[in-house]
Amino acid sequence: MSNYQLDYLDQLESESIHIFREVAGQFEKPALLFSGGKDSITLVHLALKAFRPGKFPFPLVHIDTGHNFPEALAFRDQLAEQIGEQLIVRKVEDTIKAKHLTEQKGKFASRNQLQTFTLLDSIEEFGFDACIGGARRDEEKARAKERIFSVRDDFGQWNPKLQRPELWHTYNGKIHKGENVRVFPISNWTELDIWNYIKRENIQLPSVYFSHEREVLEYQNALIAVSPFIQIDENDKISTRRVRYRTVGDMTCTAAVASEAYSIDDIISEITATRTSERGETRIDDRFSEAAMEDRKKNGYF
Amino acid sequence: MDLLRFLTAGSVDDGKSTLIGRLLYDSKNILIDQLDAIERSSKNRKDGSVDLALLTDGLRAEREQGITIDVAYKYFSTPKRKFIIADTPGHIQYTRNMVTGASNADLIIILVDARNGVVEQTRRHSLIASLLNIPHVVVAINKMDLLNYGEKAYNDIVADYQKVAATLNLSNVSYVPISALAGDNIVDPSTKMDWYQGPTLLDYLENVEVKSSVNLTNARFPVQYVIRPQTDDLHDYRGYAGKIESGIYKKGDQIVVYPSGVEATIDKIELGGKEVPEAFAPQSVVLHLDQDIDISRGDSIVKKDSSLKVGQDIDAVVCWMDEKPLSVGQKYFLQHGSKVVAAMVKEIKYKLDVNELEKIYDVSQADLNEVVEVKLKTASPLAYDAYNDIRASGGAILVDQTSFVTVGAALLQ
Repeated sequence: MSNYQLDYLDQLESESIHIFREVAGQFEKPALLFSGGKDSITLVHLALKAFRPGKFPFPLVHIDTGHNFPEALAFRDQLAEQIGEQLIVRKVEDTIKAKHLTEQKGKFASRNQLQTFTLLDSIEEFGFDACIGGARRDEEKARAKERIFSVRDDFGQWNPKLQRPELWHTYNGKIHKGENVRVFPISNWTELDIWNYIKRENIQLPSVYFSHEREVLEYQNALIAVSPFIQIDENDKISTRRVRYRTVGDMTCTAAVASEAYSIDDIISEITATRTSERGETRIDDRFSEAAMEDRKKNGYF
Repeated sequence: MDLLRFLTAGSVDDGKSTLIGRLLYDSKNILIDQLDAIERSSKNRKDGSVDLALLTDGLRAEREQGITIDVAYKYFSTPKRKFIIADTPGHIQYTRNMVTGASNADLIIILVDARNGVVEQTRRHSLIASLLNIPHVVVAINKMDLLNYGEKAYNDIVADYQKVAATLNLSNVSYVPISALAGDNIVDPSTKMDWYQGPTLLDYLENVEVKSSVNLTNARFPVQYVIRPQTDDLHDYRGYAGKIESGIYKKGDQIVVYPSGVEATIDKIELGGKEVPEAFAPQSVVLHLDQDIDISRGDSIVKKDSSLKVGQDIDAVVCWMDEKPLSVGQKYFLQHGSKVVAAMVKEIKYKLDVNELEKIYDVSQADLNEVVEVKLKTASPLAYDAYNDIRASGGAILVDQTSFVTVGAALLQ
């Protein structure tokens, strides 16, 4: 019997591949939301395992806020080309112009909430009925509550009180016209699982995940990269530090961590030793309120 | 390292969320910023203690009302094992969310308030554990601190629960006296209950031999998707992608395709793009057969030596999950593995009285959170197993044909 036991990473991998194939089997027009971060890169790797030697039954879609790390964008383009899959990019900048949206003001003005408009427009433009995303339940407590197949209404809104029961590995993707489903194949993975898997599978990542020298601004114990997208004030303390990114979101709202981790092994030991959560350490957008993520999801966010 | 999936169940205010908070806190799986956040939110409490329940109650409405509405999944690990916890609601109206959390569990912790003993929700949750065939049950008798850690209350509850377990045929039941609030017997042994010699809850979770819900004897493979690249160099490639739900498949195995009954031989098995000589549940693989036959999503590839049931008249125990009642003559979609068929309720055989755990006959409908056994008639033949034989090919969901909502969990008999 012992020969037929699967290690936990193999169990998680198989569960995720199964979810990918359910999307392929149940939907007409799915899309994989791809940001160039480690979680969506892991999704692409799992999709390769699910569908090769066939093509992906969906394009990669990037909602580009215009505030991305250049390293992540370059990596995105290179990966799409290397695997020979279609990449669709839709820019928040264009939505802002077309819809006269009002941008946030202030020091770290973020386009995080405006992304939702571009995402919903893209869903409408292409008629996507399922959007696959790299959210994990260990990230945040509203995400801990979300189903793997999460039905959104015409406005992309999540209704946490009316979620469909989700039993065994049977995912109900039936929807009405206009609705769409957000699908989260790596719901049950933790941050450490992702890193252990990246190591095991030798998955390549953008350079910002590894220790590098960068000019940063210290703000309320967070290190924010100096970039054209943030407002620098006279009294700001700017220094060059050795840092890496634990998550890669927008340059305006993702903080770096001081680190000497140059390899995946170094990163795994740092994460094993850390006493701070991924989002708590690096996402200043979650600090607005206790329910920041829940509120964004109710409005159509990933 | 292996993985244990478990859920916590109990009535409202039995302390489920506090228990999970305590488990994470005492096993040092809570991070500083998460603790800071709950300390900030706990400031209004009179006694100044930290409310560990806030760790899992993630929705605004849950924090406002101090209750759990939907399943929260939590992840933690110790040097011995990795755990996935489903923290499920206690309110009767959210029982469907408890069933969601229970469907993938290897173990259930049923919390009992030592002051109240075995109550209706204890029986309801035990019934669901029994119906869903969860391999291990731990009865955690909580709030022992409020009874001065006395042995008698514990023994009385154990005796009461043994009757419930016997009625429901629950095997592998263990009992632990705890205080989630004070931390007795969760991670560290209690210093106040010398009369209890058994393991702490975490000891038990770390060491219980996981009786896997995976069956390795009867091979089942529902086809999810057909991979056909149709490129010049892969012109003849035709692979059947899916997850092995149970059993072991080897190259050269004789198989039968259900429901068509066509026979063939396994020519090649691919795992993650590499050819392997054999594969087993729950691996996701691609199977190739020695001949070109018509197979599509919804079909099953089954080994010839292990037949399954095929039919259109199917008995099923149904946990009803919708506000609109289930009634005779109604039609639903039955989603089973990768197959969806229309199904009509021909007859309700009986309803289970949750409190007395007895069958009630002559019923015409099932309301939200009720359990009934029905006769279903499907529009086309379904290939399936009894749920208690193979969980993965005996469990199905009922979907409303107009709202598309999942309305019932069907355990095929």
